[in-house]
Amino acid sequence: MCVCNVLKHEVTFIAVPNDCIDALVCLGWKSFPLFPGLKLPSLPGQVDELQCLRRWEAGLCSPSRDFHRQLATVREVTATSRHYVDRLFDPDPQNVLQGVIDMKNAVIGNNKQKANLIVLGAVPRLLYLLQQSSSSLELRTECAVVLGSLAMGTENNIKSLVDCHIIPALLQGLLCSDLIFIEACLRCLRTIFISPVTPVQLLYTDPTVIPHIMSLLSRSQHTQEYITQIFAHCCKTPEHQMVLFNHGAIQNIAPLLISPSYKVRMQALKCFSVLAYENAQVSMTLVNVLVDGEQLSQVFARMMQRDKPIEMQLTAAKCLTYMCRAGAIRTDDNCIILKTLPCLVRMCSKERLLEERVEGAETLAFLMEPDIELQRIASVTDHLVSMLADYFKYPSSVSAITDIKRLDHDLKHAHELRQAAFKLYASLGSNDEDIRKKITETENMMDRIVSGLSESSIKVRLAAVRCLHSLSRSVQQLRTSFHDHAVWKPLMKLLQNAPDEVLVMASSTLCNLLLEFSPSKEPILESGVIELLCSLTQSDSPALRVNGIWALMNMAFQADQKVKVEIVRALGTEQLFRLLSDPDTNVLMKTLGLLRNLLSTRPHIDQIMSSHGKQIMQAVTLILEGEHSIEVKEQTLCILANIADGNTAKELIMTNDDMPQKIKYYMGHSNVKLQLAATFCISNLIWNEEDGSQERQDKLREMGFVDILHKLTQASDPSLCDRAKTAMQQYLA
Amino acid sequence: MSGPSSGCGFLMSVVVHGDLALNEQEKELNQRLKRLYPAVNEQETPLPRSWSPKDKFSYIGLSQNNLRVHYKGHGKTPKDAASVRATHPIPAACGVYYFEVKIISKGRDGYMGIGLSAQGVNMNRLPGWDKHSYGYHGDDGHSFCSSGTGQPYGPTFTTGDVIGCCVNLINNTCFYTKNGHSLGIAFTDLPPNLYPTVGLQTPGEVVDANFGQHPFVFDIEDYMREWRTKIQAQIDRFPIGEREGEWQAMIQKMVASYLVHHSYCATAEAFAKSTDQAVHEELASIKNRQKIQKLVLSGRMGEAIETTQQLYPSLLERNQDLLFMLKVRQFIEMVNGTDSEVRCLGGRSPKSQDCYPGSPRLFNSPVHKASSSQTYQTGTAEVEMELDHFSNGVSESSSNGFLNGSSTHGIDLEECDGDMGEIIIWRQLCGGSQAAIERMIQFGRELQSMSEHLRRERGKNSANKKMLKDAFSLLAYSDPWSSPVGYQLDSIQREPVCSTLNSAILETHNLPKQPPLALSVGQAAQCLSLMARTGSGSCAFASVDDYLH
Repeated sequence: MCVCNVLKHEVTFIAVPNDCIDALVCLGWKSFPLFPGLKLPSLPGQVDELQCLRRWEAGLCSPSRDFHRQLATVREVTATSRHYVDRLFDPDPQNVLQGVIDMKNAVIGNNKQKANLIVLGAVPRLLYLLQQSSSSLELRTECAVVLGSLAMGTENNIKSLVDCHIIPALLQGLLCSDLIFIEACLRCLRTIFISPVTPVQLLYTDPTVIPHIMSLLSRSQHTQEYITQIFAHCCKTPEHQMVLFNHGAIQNIAPLLISPSYKVRMQALKCFSVLAYENAQVSMTLVNVLVDGEQLSQVFARMMQRDKPIEMQLTAAKCLTYMCRAGAIRTDDNCIILKTLPCLVRMCSKERLLEERVEGAETLAFLMEPDIELQRIASVTDHLVSMLADYFKYPSSVSAITDIKRLDHDLKHAHELRQAAFKLYASLGSNDEDIRKKITETENMMDRIVSGLSESSIKVRLAAVRCLHSLSRSVQQLRTSFHDHAVWKPLMKLLQNAPDEVLVMASSTLCNLLLEFSPSKEPILESGVIELLCSLTQSDSPALRVNGIWALMNMAFQADQKVKVEIVRALGTEQLFRLLSDPDTNVLMKTLGLLRNLLSTRPHIDQIMSSHGKQIMQAVTLILEGEHSIEVKEQTLCILANIADGNTAKELIMTNDDMPQKIKYYMGHSNVKLQLAATFCISNLIWNEEDGSQERQDKLREMGFVDILHKLTQASDPSLCDRAKTAMQQYLA
Repeated sequence: MSGPSSGCGFLMSVVVHGDLALNEQEKELNQRLKRLYPAVNEQETPLPRSWSPKDKFSYIGLSQNNLRVHYKGHGKTPKDAASVRATHPIPAACGVYYFEVKIISKGRDGYMGIGLSAQGVNMNRLPGWDKHSYGYHGDDGHSFCSSGTGQPYGPTFTTGDVIGCCVNLINNTCFYTKNGHSLGIAFTDLPPNLYPTVGLQTPGEVVDANFGQHPFVFDIEDYMREWRTKIQAQIDRFPIGEREGEWQAMIQKMVASYLVHHSYCATAEAFAKSTDQAVHEELASIKNRQKIQKLVLSGRMGEAIETTQQLYPSLLERNQDLLFMLKVRQFIEMVNGTDSEVRCLGGRSPKSQDCYPGSPRLFNSPVHKASSSQTYQTGTAEVEMELDHFSNGVSESSSNGFLNGSSTHGIDLEECDGDMGEIIIWRQLCGGSQAAIERMIQFGRELQSMSEHLRRERGKNSANKKMLKDAFSLLAYSDPWSSPVGYQLDSIQREPVCSTLNSAILETHNLPKQPPLALSVGQAAQCLSLMARTGSGSCAFASVDDYLH
């Protein structure tokens, strides 16, 4: 059995780099699998063997003495480890217990030993002993302790434990009544669940687990600490939130916020932050919870006091932020304006750790995203805007020279810092023009955005383009800094083959850059953006379709004939009409807007109508007859009014059997906007100074339009009244 | 958001006309200043409480208890700028200092500056324009650091805004707040002794100061908490590096010497044994001192003097002033009825004589063991320790003893202790015995002649003279205990006598007259007050008392 276990575990555990295996195989090391220790190059302490192999492979050393000596040590270690495992199979339970206790003492703090024991198959045996009802409670507890110790090692250890189905076994163990045993199981479960390699779903597979764990919260300070820590790490989706919420997480955990143990308080607080995140139901419940007669928001506010540990301040600020964003606390509440916001700004300061600065900035960005007042306050608090500029200075030139460890640390966080800063800038500048100006005037800001757009990290690119998008809402910035830094170039590059999230932001930014007053419009046009935008309109994502057509609409506004023709050609009438029947109203509106922009100035109207008149008239008819909102119909009538302004295009309306009747209908509509648009249409048709105006006037008079116009001159709406009077004058002249 | 609340606060100051309201405000101010700046010794360095009517330019008008400032010049050019300083500079012992200014009206142009300046800086200017002058200006939001040209700093401010100015005397920086929001550091490397200052420049400008009269809009106490934590962490983590062993040995020595000094001999012995050190005094000698101290502390001065003379024959002979002091104390104890000479005359039972907790007999009494403030563990080994606590128990127990002796003999001690708070004790001169009074009078005469003798021999000694006068004054009142000189009868007054005698004995043995532990505690306290005087703000958050418990 022992041998069998070893082999099984070799298969599940070992991850040997290919080059190493190749080297061994080609050197004829058939016996290699018998030395499990050799095959654990990723474990600390065993790197030496691998390096030895590599050097050997590279011809840097001879295969002889060095290597054999290494092998000998490996054998020795394995032999002692094997002894520990063998003792687990002793027929005398007392010997087994002593064996487990000795094993416990041997593995503490010794990653190499842990790995060896796992490879040698200790885990299934320990689990077997732990689950066996015939085992003494003491033995079962010691097994849980050893397993907990093994879990404290590397991620690979955790993987092996999870593969051995340790989680269901430990959860089963929680049904035992003995507190010490429960605590040992929970401690081990905690260590496993907080590892990023453990699938959190395993906590929820059995529906009876959560209520049982919840009931263990009252058992001791230790169960409280471990359970809250498990919950805090395993609540990742709205479903998880609801499972915990429905099993009374809030009522059960709230009292722990005033526990005498700091660890319990802290983990309970973390639970609330993950429970409340984007969850209105949880947040609304939280505001009404009282802890020792005090409102929860007050408890959180106290936890943000400046003498509290940073971790606690930050997590409490997160809780309040999430509650505020979920609508449970008003943004003008003092605990948000005077406590949470300043606390988060402090988290961005240079004195904080890099991780804290990232979290602080991201949370702050989230908090103030929808609220201009918070954005204004944050923009003047503690020099936040220039404080953020510091986020781009990692790794600093100093760290590179002085300290390798610090360089490594800085490098690891550099991307995170940059994306967090971009996010916060985006949020700060999303509404207020003065703040945007302040941001763009920050040292090298535009350069940083430009280089952020082409960074390798997708997170940074996305955040950079969000920031750019936020700033692109400023007319002044579009005219100045955007043009000076030619931001359109990296933006265009970003639009090629980017994931949808990035595309949405980038194309939305592009829309703004294509506004007629933007100096970037010309170069963008020349870069052949039309094809790209047209392809966006065919996307499955409504947001991308809207942005594509919106950008085309902006592009067509007061554009040259050449551009307009190119748009129509590239888009194709078929696609144009497909967009007119798009299920998304936004897409429909922007498509109509595009049509309206295309059909402006007389020569353009006539030209486009001469080539696509039939289809356009069809589409207009279809929309006017269909079930659409007032805005859609108004936009369509405006298109019709534009058509009526053309020289030859007019005839398309006049010769259409239905169209005049439709115009007539809308002139008598109850909505003034539609009446106005329809009257515009008629006014254009009967305009005096144009060819054939007399005939058209006569024809329309016959159809009863004069009477309607006459009636409209009495309308209460002054602009409608004026428009009708102007139209009537055409008849009188 | 913060406007209305602070508005209310300032409204109050408008209503303040009656003395009552004024007193209320004064009280609130005192309370708040005490809470914010507990380390400041206002005798030495008073806190700013209002603008100074003397230290201002003529274009400045003051009203509302010198808290409201208005401009009364022409306001045509920057030459018409005018400032006013607060009555006192900011004491360093504040650690962190804060005041707020509410803009009541921005006047014509809102050229207002809020900040700090040193004494003597020209008042015909806005704060920030000159050397040792710093300001934040409302019209452009710039900060002025001893310069005519400002730096972009924060938002502009105008009517209704509350601007706060915080000086950190630990790192010598300053930041401002607007409506409760911190705007970030404005100045660094500030000089010491700056005065809160405001400057105005155009007609109609009016601002109100809040030096603590009302709650602040900004949460300054939260900021102070952060700095208190920082300073305390700095102290806790003070690096001692490789000298850790040395430190431990030194601390053990200090503890041991303290125990020996106060003659807690059994404890001292046990401590010395467990920490492996030598005791520099004979155990017998410690016990002797202990015995004398107990006598002094229980008010049995006659016996104390006698014992001292027996054990240290030449000590009092050589030190006549000390003897005189002991005798004066003996006289006082006679008045009190506690001295052994008058007690035997009062005909008390020996048992009731010993109710001072220092008396060993009581420690073995099970009754006393159960009582409250003076109870200590039984057994001789612990007897030494209780001396540590005598300051609490002394007054009650001595009066108790007195009551016990004069009226009922058999009263249970515990009962007396329990009733202490409620009953008014009936006290009598010298325990109420006529013989004792006569003995006291006679003793007084002896004392008088000893004083005269001393004066002839060694010249005038004003301390001795005062001591005697105060002691004799006790007889001038029918109830000496509640007289203006009655404090002398308080048993706590035995302590200085006791420690003086103890020190004198130790000196004869060439041992320090003050234990190194007490010396270092005193030195630390002295050091903090020196820091306050030399402008080190961190003294605000490092009270010695915080570390003694």
